[in-house]
Formats: sequence, C-alpha cells, structure tokens
Amino acid sequence: MSTPAIATSYETVIGLEIHVQLLTASKMFCACPVTFGAPPNTLICPVCLGLPGSLPVLNRKAVDLGLRTAVALGCTAQPTSQFHRKNYYYPDLPKNYQITQYRYKVHPPLAIDGSLEIPREDNLVPGGTGRRIGVRRVHLEEDTGRLVHAEQHGRIRYSLIDFNRSGVPLMEIVTEPELRSPQEARTFLARLRAVLQAIEVSTGKMEEGSLRCDANVSLRRPGAELGIRTEVKNMNSLRSVERALAYEVERQRAVLDRGQPVEQETRHWDERRGITFSSRTKEEAQDYRYFPEPDLVPIAVAPQWVAQVRASLPELPEAKRRRYVATYGLPEYDAELLTSSAAMARFFEETVRLFPHPKAACNWLVGDITAYLNVAGKEIDELPVTPAHLAELLQLVERGAISGRTAKEIVAEMLAQGRRPEVIVGERGLAQISDEEALARIVDEVLAEHTGPVSEYRAGKTQALTFLVGQVMKKTRGRANPEMANRLLKEKLKS
Amino acid sequence: MDREGALRAAGEWDARYARGGALPALAGLPVAVKDIICTAGMPTTCGSRILAGWVPPYDATVVSRLKDAGAVIVGKTNLDEFAMGSSTENSGFGPTRNPWDPERVPGGSSGGSAAAVAAGMTPLALGTDTGGSIRQPAGFTSIVGMKPTYGRVSRYGLVAFASSLDQVGPMARTVADAALLLQVIAGRDPKDSTSVDVPVEDYPGTLPRGVRGLRIGIVREAFGQGLQGDVGEAVRAAAAHLGSLGAALTEVSLPSIPYALPTYYLLATSEASANLARYDGVQYGLRVPTDDLFTMYTRTRRQGFGSEVKRRIMLGTYALSAGYYEGFFLKAQRVRTLIRREFLQALDAVDLVLMPVSPTVPFRLGEKVDDPLQMYLADIYTIPVNLAGLPGISVPCGFSSGLPIGLQLIGKPFDEATVLRAAYAYEQDTDWHTRRPPVVGQSRSQAVAEVHKRDHATTPPRRAPKRGAQTRQRSSRKSKKARTRK
Repeated sequence: MSTPAIATSYETVIGLEIHVQLLTASKMFCACPVTFGAPPNTLICPVCLGLPGSLPVLNRKAVDLGLRTAVALGCTAQPTSQFHRKNYYYPDLPKNYQITQYRYKVHPPLAIDGSLEIPREDNLVPGGTGRRIGVRRVHLEEDTGRLVHAEQHGRIRYSLIDFNRSGVPLMEIVTEPELRSPQEARTFLARLRAVLQAIEVSTGKMEEGSLRCDANVSLRRPGAELGIRTEVKNMNSLRSVERALAYEVERQRAVLDRGQPVEQETRHWDERRGITFSSRTKEEAQDYRYFPEPDLVPIAVAPQWVAQVRASLPELPEAKRRRYVATYGLPEYDAELLTSSAAMARFFEETVRLFPHPKAACNWLVGDITAYLNVAGKEIDELPVTPAHLAELLQLVERGAISGRTAKEIVAEMLAQGRRPEVIVGERGLAQISDEEALARIVDEVLAEHTGPVSEYRAGKTQALTFLVGQVMKKTRGRANPEMANRLLKEKLKS
Repeated sequence: MDREGALRAAGEWDARYARGGALPALAGLPVAVKDIICTAGMPTTCGSRILAGWVPPYDATVVSRLKDAGAVIVGKTNLDEFAMGSSTENSGFGPTRNPWDPERVPGGSSGGSAAAVAAGMTPLALGTDTGGSIRQPAGFTSIVGMKPTYGRVSRYGLVAFASSLDQVGPMARTVADAALLLQVIAGRDPKDSTSVDVPVEDYPGTLPRGVRGLRIGIVREAFGQGLQGDVGEAVRAAAAHLGSLGAALTEVSLPSIPYALPTYYLLATSEASANLARYDGVQYGLRVPTDDLFTMYTRTRRQGFGSEVKRRIMLGTYALSAGYYEGFFLKAQRVRTLIRREFLQALDAVDLVLMPVSPTVPFRLGEKVDDPLQMYLADIYTIPVNLAGLPGISVPCGFSSGLPIGLQLIGKPFDEATVLRAAYAYEQDTDWHTRRPPVVGQSRSQAVAEVHKRDHATTPPRRAPKRGAQTRQRSSRKSKKARTRK
C-alpha cells in the first residue's frame, strides 16, 4: 500500500471508541428482557419508550459488568459517578436525549485510566514484553432503538422504528490515541474482545453489533503535535477495522502530501467499495448540552464491591497466554490464537484435561479447526463438536488406529456434526491397517505387480521404496500404517 | 371528568360498605388528579395541545396508591401547560377561574385542582409543585396544599417539568384531609430512584399534638419590598397566633433568597428543555405531517406548545449551551446548594420556618400574561423551598377584600409531620378554612351564566360583587355537610 520512503515521514495515531453490549438479562433502566431477534416492538415498556412520566432505574448488573471490565483493564473505579443527559434529536432516541456518562472531569465516568497490552509489532518472541495501550475511561450508557427504512426505487419512502434495542445496556471503552498502525488497532480489539469474553461481560460479536468500534485517526510528523483527526465509523469486523484504517491512513497521507489540511469530519467505511466517505463535518457538530441526569442518583461504588469483583474474575487471556507458553511449551503465536477467544481457550483446556498432549491439541485447534471456523464464520462453541471428540481423535492417531491423513479427512464431519471420530472411522472403514499379516499380504501383491522398481531398489536405487510405499497406500486407500508398510517392504526386499 | 368510571367505582365501594367490614383509608372518596399525572385509560394532556388525546397505558404510582386506598378518581384538573405558570392561564384548553372571584386567577399551575377543591367539587385533589404550584394556588383559593420533601412521594408517572424540583402533593379543604391524602401517597417507590426510604409517619395521628414548645422562625427577608401590605399583616398575625398557642417565635435570616428566582429559572428551564424534547411528533401526541423529519419536528413543536413553554425551552437550551453552561447552569447549581444550606442552618435553630405563600392576593385574569417577570414574582416565597427540597404547606390565614391569603410553613427534610401539626393547630384555632367561596351552592347553569355575562360585558365590572353574609352562610352549611360525610 505505502512505499517505505513515505511511510517513515508520518506517524499514524489511532484511538478507539468501543461500544460493548453488556450480557445482562434486562435493559439498562427497565425490566424489559434483552434478547435478540424478537419481533419488533415486543420488548418494550413505558420506560424504554420514553413515555411521559416514566423514570429510569439503574440495572445493578450493568454496573457490575462495567466494574468487571474496569478491573480487568486495570482501571480505577470511581467511588461515585454520575449519569448525564446527552441531548440530540433522532427518531430512534425516544426521549431525544441519551442517558450516558460524560467525559467531564468534575463528573467522572464509572472508571478511568487503565491499559491493555498488545505485542510489539513483529515481536512475538516467547516471553517478550508488549506495549501497554492506555484505556482512558469505561462508562455506561443506554442503546437507541433501530430504524427500519422502507425503500422504493432507492428512495426512503418511510421509516419504522423498532424500540426493542432501546435501553439495552452499553459500555463504552475509550483508548488513548496510542495505537500506531491499523494492525495494532486490530490486535488491540482482538485482545480486548478476548478479555470481554473471558470475563463474561459480552459476546463480543462485531458482526452482530454486540461489539462496535469507531476509530479516531490522524497522522503527524514524528514528535510533532497531534494532527487533525477523522472519525471512522461503520466497521463491522476485525478485518474491516484494519482495512478501513489502512485506507484512511493512506487517504490522509495523500491529502497531506498534496500540502492540503485533513478535514475534521466523520467518515463512513464502505465495506463493499473498500473506501471511507465523508458523512458529517465537525462544523455541523452538535452541541449535546450535557447535564447531570436528575432522575438518577449517583452510582456509589464501595471498595468492597471492587474487591468482590476482583475476586470473582477468571484468569485473563494475558495470564493464560503466558501460562500456555510457560507450562505447555506452546509457541507464542499459537498461545495468542488459542486465547484470542474465550471459547477456544476453554475448548483447548478441556481437551488437554481429557488427553494430556497440549501440543497435539494445539496443532489441531490452530490449524485445521481454526481454518474451518474462519470459513464457517463461527466460534467453536457454536458447533456441536465437544472437547471429548477432539480428545478421541487425538487418541486414535496416537495409538495408530488411524493415520494423520485420515484424521484430517474426518475432522470436518466431526466439527460440523458433532459425531464421535470412532463412529465415523468405523462407518467409513477408515481404520488404519496395522494388522501385520493383512498388510504383509498387500505388500506381497505390490512387490509382485511392480517387478521393475523392485529390481531397481535391489540395484541400489533406494528412492524406488517411496514409489512402493505409495502403491501400498493406494491399495489400502491410505489406511496402511505407513511405518509398518515401510518396515515390511524393506524386510521383504532384503530377502 | 370520568363520570361513568367514577360512578362505577363509587358504586363498588358503596356495595362493600354495605357488606360491612374494614375499608381502606380513602374508600369511596372522590379525588381529582392534576392532568400532568398519568392515569391509565384516561387522557393525560399536561394542559398542552401537543398531548391532546394522549392516553397513558399506565397509572402513576400515586394514582395506583390512591386506587389501592379506595379513592375514586373523579377526573383530571386543568393546569398551566406542563405546569409552567402561576395562574392556570397558560393551559392549552383555556384558563381556570378562581371560585372566590371568577375575574381572578386561581393561581397555578395546580389551579384546576385548587379551584375544584375550593368550589366543593371534590374534597381531595392531587397537585404538583415545582416552584410553588401547589402552595400558591392553595393560598389563592383558601384551601390547604402541601409540597412534600423532594423524594417523599414517587414521581413515577408524573410527567416531568423539572425533575429535580417536581413533587406531587395533597390539596384539600382541611389540614386533616391533606394529612390523610399524604399518608396514602408518601413512601419509597422502587420505580423512582429519587424517592427516599424514610419511614412515613402517621400524619393524621400526630396532628393533635399542638405547637407548644415548637420553635418557629419568621424569615426576615420575606417581609420586604414587593409584599402586599395586608398580606404581610395577615401572615404576621398568623405567626403571632401560633405564638399565642405556645410556639416560640424567632426571626431567621435567609440572605440568599433574592437569588432563588433567577436560580430557579435557569435550573428548571434547563431540565425542562430536555424533558420536553420527547414531544416531537414521532411516537405520540400531535404530529404535523410534512415531507421531512426536521420540518415535522419544528412544525409539531411550534403548533403544539404555547408561548410560555417555548420561552422556557429556549431559556433552558441557552443555559445548557456550550460556553454558557459554567456561567449559567453550573453557577445556578452552586447557588441552589447555598440556598439549601441556609435553610438547613436556619432549621438547626428552629423547627419550622414561616413565610407568606405569595406576595399578593389573586390577581386578575390577563393581568400578568404579557409580563412574564411579574408572573414569575408570584412565586418568590415558594421557589426557594423547592430549591432546598423541603416540605412546605399553605394554610388559609385571612382575606384581603374577600380574596384569600395563605400562610406558608416550611419544615426539615422529611419532617412533614411537624409541618402538618403546626398547620393543624393554627387551622383549628381559626375559622378561615370554614369560609366558602360564593360559587359554592350555585347550580352549574347559574355559574356558567354568570361567567358568560362577565365575559361578554362591554366593560368588565371593576370589582367583584361583594360577598354577603348570606353567601357565606350558605357555603358553610355546605361545608358542614361535606365534613360530616368524611
């Protein structure tokens, strides 16, 4: 994308604003359930419709999940924090103000000043230290409803509003502008998602909108003041975050290289066209007229609450990653992959518990299984396969009941259908032939049928053995135990 | 009016009464509800065209408590639009008149509730008080009206004007009735985070304890410029009367009171600018349909809101705007804290603080509608109490040329009991509360004819007709009947 000569002349500065849908049973300020895919406007009440006279009541669980995140990211939870009203008109916002927390210093949000480690670029050395990216604040707010536009001939004829999402608890996490490349932004987001999943705060699914990311991007000469930034929105996957930011960095670089100023504006990422386009300039930026929400009392967080949260947190991905490297001897890269999803880490550990060969389990998980998941666009816990299945597969290979090749053949079926590998092997007659007598008969047949290579071998051309092994495999449709076939061939060729 | 619903509910209570057995506190008693409090299945307009025809799907907590206590909701009462006003002239559906003189305002914004109680249409009513909207109309109509401590009564279902100041409270002909009504509606509500879990005392039970030994502080700053002479005299006389009943009178100073009015008009309007943003034509209420969203917003709001509401929304929007927030909103919040602190300091030394309710007697319809500042001054003695979040009551304490005067007593946070007790002692030793306005006893057609005659007279009478002894007698007979009914 960029030529190295120009790349050295600017430093990329990226800060992220991440919205996380919290895993609460009910909404932020009312008892309506939080479930997805319900028919429109069925999960509503006077409060989340903003009907006159209704009042919000804070969901304690949402605060709890916010605190879990705060502690996991090493933030300082504020002893008291307040909600504010953010005033703007939009039809999906029933009160025409959003209850949120303000960035104002005298009104601190739920928690401030944390960090999350990312690896130094191109520096995934085992045990190597990473770079800590500052987390400026963690705060709580309510989600809006959703507009559904009825279009005809490309024009919006009318819009309908689904208020099911109105009032769903959101957490906003804001980083310091300390990310230095689109890849770093992606890595940060992946690690953050792993943390959120591990501490059971969110499903973290960008594609479903339970994790949303906006990015502030600017360029500057190294050591100079921060440049003018644009805000990039509408990035719906880790991949699109990296792509959108890479595009935006290049766009800004081109603008600056032409000697023009970057305009401060909001830009939308168009996934299909692979570009960002201007959607709102900051000159039209609204004055949100924040003021303290008088309908809610301040959130008081006693030190005991924080201590309780701290004690209840599971092992975080960062610690897990270190442990996998130190105690299982896994490569840093594999440990990173295994811990990038809480479901994957759980699956790995359970498999290892059933069949204590961590490297073998790891190889399957980061190799064939990850490849399968990427194509399917799923997490491992969304498939019917269980750790017991994988452990059985590893066992079959270990004791030579099937070949590695056969294992590769059946893994897809095991993943997709959750069937036991042993059953699949039995049904398809894929069991490895390790019966010496049976295999010896086949070896004899091969030797009889290929007298040419046999004499070549005997004449000293040992490569001919490879061909003969291949013929044994062909006859057995790959089920012959390769070591045994090798040994038998050699023995018989000598005699 | 919910004629059918009220008659049905009353019939059910009659039947239960006939069967015998225990009845709840307000069984069968008619209560009128200010039309800014949500009533399921009954229109709730807030006195605004923008909500004309809107029927809430739910009851406010105070309304469900009333129903649980056996009250019969007879109807909804008129008010200044979204409770913004001091005369009930700002209603989108026409003004309410004062039963003591139909040429004059009943006060506001709970003018409808006040007039209904004063005129004997209902013994009990709910009002709401953001800057005096219960106490001032109570004073203007010679009834009892109380604003409880902020947090004492649930605001769930009270359509918000200024959320940090609004409170629902009782309006009644006597202190005992007000105490009974407060008893039913007071207490913590899990649906209102700002309602407070302080035990509710037995208000009716503590009334007869008298005022002997109570320390009452007369607010020095409340008897200066702007106070109508005979109003001040009546209030001072009432204080002296309480002294004669055994209360220890002292003077207290609340030097920041002059700043209450500007403070209030910054904070209340700021909150209102957000609270009223939801009336946009999207979900409910008036919609002026147009092709694009922005025009629909502006046309709907231009047509739906009256001028006082628009004025306050603009004022509040301005006070919250970037660059003005610190100078206006934040500063006003600091002054509010100061005012509250002064009140609490004064209430360290005394049990109650005493002031007039209003600087004047009821003014004429139309007299102040074009002069908002004059209108705002009608609340100079009530507004500080809302800013301080304290309980305050208005109890009748005299007449000036036949027009009512109210006495205001203010208590410590959540000490409604002492406020009610002192008001009761004063009321029982005076007869102001036994007087009835001239319209009481008139048939509806008479009253309508009279108002019609006045409205269409070429020159309105300069003075209301003198109230004769005959009228008073007739009304007191009526009131006796009302009392025995309870």
